[in-house]
Amino acid sequence: MNAPDPREELVEHLPAMRAFALSLTRNGAQADDLVQDTVIKAWTNFDKFQAGSNLRAWLFTILRNTFYSHRRKSKREVADVDGAFSAGLAEKPEHDGRLQLKDFMTAFGQIPVEQREALLLVGASGFSYEQAAEMCGVAIGTIKSRANRGRRALAELMDLGPDDDLELTDRATLAVLSASGNSPV
Amino acid sequence: MAKNPPSKRDYAEIDENLRRVFEELSSEQVPDRFTDLLDRLRKGDPPPDEGEAEG
Repeated sequence: MNAPDPREELVEHLPAMRAFALSLTRNGAQADDLVQDTVIKAWTNFDKFQAGSNLRAWLFTILRNTFYSHRRKSKREVADVDGAFSAGLAEKPEHDGRLQLKDFMTAFGQIPVEQREALLLVGASGFSYEQAAEMCGVAIGTIKSRANRGRRALAELMDLGPDDDLELTDRATLAVLSASGNSPV
Repeated sequence: MAKNPPSKRDYAEIDENLRRVFEELSSEQVPDRFTDLLDRLRKGDPPPDEGEAEG
C-alpha cells in the first residue's frame, strides 16, 4: 500500500495560500506571483517535507519566507494598488452598518505586515501561537505581542470603544459576500 | 486624546471577522494558472519564469 503523495494535496491548499499571500502583499498580482513561487519551491523541495506533519503550515512557512525575501530585495511594501484586499473583496451594501467589511479590510491593510501576518496565522487561520512562532522563526511571545498589537491597532483604526460592536459578523452582509462570487484578485 | 482601551470582546470580534474574511478569500476559485503550473510540474516541465507567469 503506497502512502499518498503529499504533492497531490498541494492543490487543496492553494485557496488558503492565495488568501494568506493577499493578506501579506495586499496586491492581487503580487499575491498570485508569490503563490506561484511558493508552489514551485514546495514542489522542488518536497523531500524536505516531513510526512504526517502539517502541510499547510509548511506551505505557509515557504510562502512567508518567500514574501520577506522578495520584500527585502525590493525594500518597500507595495500598496493595495488594485484594491484587491479592500475594495475588491466583494461588492456589498453600503447601508448595513458603520463598520463594514471594506472598512475592516482597509484598516487591516494599514497595520504593519508583521502584525497582519500574526493575526492571519493565529486569528484567522487557526494556527496556535506555538505553530505561528515556529513558522515565523520567532519566539511565542513575539507572535503574541504582534497579534495583540495588531488587534489594538485595528480597534483604534476603527475607533472601537467599549460599547461598539463590529458589525462584520452580520449574517446578511456575509451572505451578500458569499453570493457575490467576485474574485478578490 | 485618551481613548478607552479595546475590550476583550472587541478582540474576539476582530478575530472572528478575520476568520470570516479569510474563509471568504479562501473560498474563491483558484485561477487556471495554478492548475496549469501543477500540471507542468507533474510532467517535469520547467516552470514558467516570472515574466512568463505575468503574461
